[in-house]
Amino acid sequence: MKRIVSAVALAALCAPAIGQQANPNSGRNLAAACAICHGTNGVNAGGLPNLAGQPSDHLAKQLRDFRDGKRPATIMHQISKGYTEPQIEALAAFFASQKAR
Amino acid sequence: MNIPYSRREFIKLVGAGAASAALAGCASTPEIKKPIARVIVIGGGFGGATAARYIRAWGGGAIEVFLIERNTQFVSCPLSNLVLGGSRRIEDLTLGYGKLRDEGVVVLNDEVKAIDAGKKRISLTKIADLNYDRLVVSPGIDFMHDQIAGYDAEAQKTVLHAWKAGPETVALRRQLEAMKDGGVVLLSIPKAPYRCPPGPYERVSQIAFYLKQAKPRSKILVLDGNEDIVSKKGLFLAAWNDLYKGIVEYKPNNEVKEVVAKAGSVKTDFDTFKGDVLNVIPPQRAGNIAAQAKLITSNNRWCDVDWLTMESKVAPGIHVLGDATLSAAAMPKSGSMANNHGKIAAAAIIAQLTGVAVDPQPVIANTCYSYVSDKEAMHVTSVHRYDAEKKTLLPVAGAGGVSAQRNELEKSYADAWARNIWADMLG
Repeated sequence: MKRIVSAVALAALCAPAIGQQANPNSGRNLAAACAICHGTNGVNAGGLPNLAGQPSDHLAKQLRDFRDGKRPATIMHQISKGYTEPQIEALAAFFASQKAR
Repeated sequence: MNIPYSRREFIKLVGAGAASAALAGCASTPEIKKPIARVIVIGGGFGGATAARYIRAWGGGAIEVFLIERNTQFVSCPLSNLVLGGSRRIEDLTLGYGKLRDEGVVVLNDEVKAIDAGKKRISLTKIADLNYDRLVVSPGIDFMHDQIAGYDAEAQKTVLHAWKAGPETVALRRQLEAMKDGGVVLLSIPKAPYRCPPGPYERVSQIAFYLKQAKPRSKILVLDGNEDIVSKKGLFLAAWNDLYKGIVEYKPNNEVKEVVAKAGSVKTDFDTFKGDVLNVIPPQRAGNIAAQAKLITSNNRWCDVDWLTMESKVAPGIHVLGDATLSAAAMPKSGSMANNHGKIAAAAIIAQLTGVAVDPQPVIANTCYSYVSDKEAMHVTSVHRYDAEKKTLLPVAGAGGVSAQRNELEKSYADAWARNIWADMLG
């Protein structure tokens, strides 16, 4: 029984996403909020740009430009103001790490 | 129908001390199929389906997820007003659970009769009792018809609310189609909070859109129980003035207290109003199963939760999502929010089951589009961040807002929202 328990524990801890829970501002959790328009993990289901797999610097710059009024928008200028600098970095890094389809 | 899962022993996971040692062995460890725990999700709407999908995905398949849903298909409330307006069919808003099944969620078409929180067990109508390690309750709303005199079972056959998308949506559309030109559609709005704050005003716009084309001598009379338009006020007023002048008549501070179905009328405290089609939206509360399980904490209507985990304030191990929750400050009862609740719960449940600290600072965002015709839409958006001192999610000051103006671009974004959120919850 003990062997089974440790094997199960191993399997759980090896699941890639779970380890990120240790990070309080996990990019994964933050980015999940974006999925309602931009698609699960930033892979768009239609109608908006894919965020998945775009360069991190590019994504972070877009968010800052929206926030600072440098890039015109209907809605992103309002949403981007809700995130701190480290959160913008975490969001950009997460989407950059996702596979575009 | 029987479930090939017997009672499963809960396997307590190792604590943080053993975790680092375990991680070292990852590379050479073969995939192990035996689940570490079972999570049951009740309700396959925006909250529940999202929670089920994300627990499955973020748990790396290590957590067994059951989703109990009494309907065989999902019908989206968002966009259902377009069925009344005529630019979408109900079939366009109807989706199956097949992809969720493909992703490993055990979707059971059944209804929960009772939750036994002490024994961590639910009983159902078709299949044997099921045990869980953690439970997610995403019951949506049920209606308080008893708050409106005369709105009994007989009256409900002809006076529809259509505030859950499905057969009533189609039936209300048929009533509109059957109405004579020159008729009056009477729509009543309950006092907030109710499901989807801008929804009633979008419905006004969509019915007016239909009347303008098909029955131009008709009008829609709006009796609002609130003192003013609850959401996107300026944008709705502009749309009604620009597009539907003479068709929309709006009366605030007119809470419907009685329905007289046979006379085709409703009564407020001071007046009686007649309509050829009556669309009376009753006050709402958390869905029935939340009441049965004693999860309702506030005003006999809503379930208070810990916003770090979505866990009930009165029932440890049970997470409540969506419209059924006692909403945090300035948080709407919306599909977008329910979807985000599902993700907070998913992350927290996985953390709790694996002995890891929960994310101490969730940030979620709401976006609600309203269609005012077949071509134009507008939005309201807000960002909500956890405040550790006040122990709740609060809107981030300076963020969020509404559309500068309704337009066709926003309509294309509204369509994209629908496609993406449906795919995000159902695969």
